[in-house]
Amino acid sequence: MTLSLSTPDFLIERNRDRCINCRVCVRQCANEAHIWDEEEQRVKSDDALCVDCQRCVTLCPTHALTIRKYPLEFRENANWSANAIKAIYKQAESGGILLTGMGNDQPYPIFWDHLLLNASQVTNPSIDPLREPMELKTFLGRKPEKLMMRDGKLVEDMPPQLELEVPIMFSAMSYGSISLNAIKSLAAAAEKTGIMYNTGEGGLHKDLYKYGKNTIVQVASGRFGVHPQYLEAGAAIEIKIGQGAKPGIGGHLPGEKVGLEVSQTRMIPEGTDAISPAPHHDIYSIEDLRQLIYSLKEATQYRKPVGVKIAAVHNIAAIASGIARAGADIIAIDGFRGGTGAAPLRTRDNVGLPIELALAAVDSRLREEGIRNQVSLVIGGSIRNSADIVKAIALGADAVYIGTAALISLGCHLCQKCNTGKCNWGIATQNPQLVKRLNPEIGAERAANLISAWEHEIKELLGGMGINAIESLRGNRLMLRGIGLSDRELSILGVMAAGE
Amino acid sequence: MLREGQVRIPSGCAISGIMNKRGEVFSGQDIIKSIALMHDRSNGLGGGFAAYGIYPDYPEHYAFHLYYEEQAAKEKTEQKLNSLFHVAESGKIPTRRVSSIRQAPLAWRYFVRPKPESLLEDESEDELVVRTVMHINSQIKGAFVVSSGQNMGAFKGVGFPEDMGEYFRLEEYKGNIWLAHGRFPTNTPGWWGGAHPFTLLDWSIVHNGEISSYGANKRYLEMFGYRLTMQTDTEAITYAFDLLLRKQNVPLDIAIATLAAPFWRDIERMDPERQKLFKTVRAVYGSLLLNGPFSIILGSNKGIVALNDRLKLRSLVAASQGDFLYVASEESAIREICPNPERVWAPRGGEPVIGLFEEGGNLV
Ligand code: SF4
Ligand code: SF4
Repeated sequence: MTLSLSTPDFLIERNRDRCINCRVCVRQCANEAHIWDEEEQRVKSDDALCVDCQRCVTLCPTHALTIRKYPLEFRENANWSANAIKAIYKQAESGGILLTGMGNDQPYPIFWDHLLLNASQVTNPSIDPLREPMELKTFLGRKPEKLMMRDGKLVEDMPPQLELEVPIMFSAMSYGSISLNAIKSLAAAAEKTGIMYNTGEGGLHKDLYKYGKNTIVQVASGRFGVHPQYLEAGAAIEIKIGQGAKPGIGGHLPGEKVGLEVSQTRMIPEGTDAISPAPHHDIYSIEDLRQLIYSLKEATQYRKPVGVKIAAVHNIAAIASGIARAGADIIAIDGFRGGTGAAPLRTRDNVGLPIELALAAVDSRLREEGIRNQVSLVIGGSIRNSADIVKAIALGADAVYIGTAALISLGCHLCQKCNTGKCNWGIATQNPQLVKRLNPEIGAERAANLISAWEHEIKELLGGMGINAIESLRGNRLMLRGIGLSDRELSILGVMAAGE
Repeated sequence: MLREGQVRIPSGCAISGIMNKRGEVFSGQDIIKSIALMHDRSNGLGGGFAAYGIYPDYPEHYAFHLYYEEQAAKEKTEQKLNSLFHVAESGKIPTRRVSSIRQAPLAWRYFVRPKPESLLEDESEDELVVRTVMHINSQIKGAFVVSSGQNMGAFKGVGFPEDMGEYFRLEEYKGNIWLAHGRFPTNTPGWWGGAHPFTLLDWSIVHNGEISSYGANKRYLEMFGYRLTMQTDTEAITYAFDLLLRKQNVPLDIAIATLAAPFWRDIERMDPERQKLFKTVRAVYGSLLLNGPFSIILGSNKGIVALNDRLKLRSLVAASQGDFLYVASEESAIREICPNPERVWAPRGGEPVIGLFEEGGNLV
C-alpha cells in the first residue's frame, strides 16, 4: 500500500497539567483516538482517528481536553478548499463513493433566518399564555370539505386522524440506524408529551409495541419488518418514498449492524446487509402509489391515516398534488438539510431543496387546486428551534418532524459519523457497549423536556401575535415578513418584505 | 396612497343594532341616535347602516345599491345589469346636503329580477347576483356595489355615522332591523366603498375588532372561490357565514362554534356525543376560527346574530324590551334610545345573541 495522503481533521489537545491519566477518554473513545501507553504510563492520542464527537471532552473529570480544527493550512485557494482536496486524496485511496452521516452542512441560505414574526400592538391585544388558554392541539389526516349534518347530528364520522398535543413529531429513524435505547427514549417521550414517533424502515422491536398509539409505522422500499400486526400496531402508517438527505437513493444497513435483534425485527438473516432499493419496486408511477396507499388502508380497515413521505425536489408542488389525489391523508416533506444515518456525500450536499421553499410551494399549490384540506402537511429537514416551527406553520405546515434536534437532545454532538456505527453517544450504533451509554429513561426525559420547552415557546410567540389557537396561525403568512430576500424568493414564500 | 383592498387597514369601531322581532317597521331615527352617542369610537373616516324591510314595494327584487365615481362607470354597470336582469325601477338614492360630507360618489339604486336565460347551468338566482357583484366590483373601474339583497339596503361612506344617516335621510325609511357602524381606521384614503357594513346578498355585517387569524381565514375562503378584494375582517367574516350557512347548510349553532370555537378544556367536559361533534367541527373548520378581538352583528332577512370572540376581548352589550332586541358596543348606546330595558346583559365570549323574526325560520 502506498503512503496515505490524508491528514487529520482534528487536533486533540491534552493539558498535561490537568490530566491525571485516569484513562476515561481511552475507555470512552470507540474510534480509539486515545491510547494508553503502557511503556510511558500515560495517555496519548492519534489525531487522525478523532471525529470531534466531544465525548471525551464532556466526560474528562479534569477538563483537560480540547478538540480543535486541525491547523493544516493548504495554500490559500478560493476554488480548491481543504475539503475538496482531502476528498480527492480519500477517493484516490479507496476508489469508492464518499459516505457521511447527518444532514447537509454546506452554507446554503437558511430561509427560516430570513423570516420575521409579527406581534400585536395597540390595534389588537397580545394574549398572555399564563392567563389565557393557548391551544396547540393538532389533527393530522384528511378533512372533509364540509360537515354533513342532519337534525343537529353528524351524518358521518371524520376520516381517521392523528391527534397531537403539540404540532411536533419525532421523524423516522429506524432500528438499525439508531440504537434500541435511542428509539425507546423517543417512544417514551412521545407518549409523555402526546405526540408521535416514527419507526423508520426498520420494523418494530417487540419492546416497542406498547407505545402503539404514539407510533407511526413506516413502510419503505425494503419492506423490512412489515407484517399485519406491525401495520395494526401504530396510530398511522407512512409510506417512505424518499428522504431529504438522499433523495432518489435507497438505504444500506451494513451486515455488521444486523445483530440478532435487528435481524429479528427486520425479518432478515443475521449479518446480512439490509438494502432498501432506491424506488419501491411496486411503485413506478403515481397510480401505483395509489394502489399501495389503498392496500394499506384495506389492510387496516380504513381505521388509520396513511401518509407518504417524500424528499423535497424540484417539482415538489406537482408531486405533492399527485400524492394528495392518490389518496394520501398526510404528506411528509423532507428538506435537503434533513439528517440521515448514512448517505453518499455528494447526494447529501447537492440534491434537493430547502424545506422552506418546498413547503411554501406545496401549500400554495394545494390551495390553488382547492385540495389543501384533503391532506395534512408535515415538514422536516432541519427544524432547529421553536421559532422555526412557528414559521413553518405560518407558511402552511400542519406539523413538523424533528430528527436531528431530537437526537441532539439525547446527546448527539453532530460529528456526522453515524455511518461508522461507532457513535460514542450510544445513538447511531448497535455496539452493546456503546448503546448502554444511553439510558432510555434519562433519554425520554430529555427529549420530553425539549418538546415541553418548545411548547412553551410556541405559546409565547402565538400570544404575542394575538393568537390563542394554532389553527389560526396555519398558513397565515401575513404573520411573516421576509428580510434580505429577492422578490422572487418572497413570491415563492408568499410573504411580504419586512417594512411592507 | 393605496386604497382599501390594496392594503390592509386595521381599525377600531362602534357597532349598534336594533330589531323588532315581530317584524314591525320603525324609522331609522333610533339607530342614528344610538350610534351618534358613541361618537368618540369613530374618527370620521367611515360610517354606515344596513336596513331590512325598507323596500316593501319590491320584496322579491334584488335591490342593488351602487356608488359611481364617474359617468362611464354608470353606463357600463347599467349595460351589465340590463343584460342579466329585468330592471323594474331605478333612480338616484335620495340625499340631502350635509356640510361635513364631501366628495360623495353618485349613489344609485336598481330593483331587479334575474332574466331566466342569464342563469348558468345549475346556477341559482343568488349565485347570479353574487357573480354580478363580483364582476362589477372587480372589473368596472369607478363602480362599487354597496348592497345587493332583497328588501334591504346599505348606506355608508366617509364621515361620522350620524352625518351619514342625515345625508341619506334614513329617518325617512322604516325598517324592522337596523345595524350601524362607526369606524376608527388607523389610516385610510377615505374611500366610500371601504366603509362598513359589508354586505353580500342579504347578509350584512358590522364588526369591531382586528382578527389575528385573517391570513388563515382568507386563504381558506379562497379555496372555495371567494375573492377577498377589500382585505377587511368584515369581508372575511361575511364570507365565512355565507360559506357555512348558505353554501354548506351548516346549522347556525355549529357555524357559531366554528367562528368562536369552545376551548378544548370545555370540550373535554362535554358528553361524549357533543365532544365528538365539537372535536370534528374544530378539526374540519379550524381555518375559519376567528382569533383575536371582535364583536360582530350579522343581519339578514331572517334576523340578527351578535357574537363576541371567545375571550371577549371587545365589548358587546345586549338588551331587550318588549318586541325589541338591542345590541351595541356600549350599554349607553342602548339606554340612549331605550332608557329602561327589561333585561340588559353582557354576552359571554363565544356566546351568541340570536334574534329571529317570530314567523320563524332558520337564518338561512
Ligand atoms: S479523561 Fe481527561 S484526565 Fe482522564 S486520561 Fe483522558 S484526558 Fe486525562
Ligand atoms: S448520532 Fe452519534 S455518530 Fe451521529 S452525529 Fe450524532 S454523535 Fe455523531
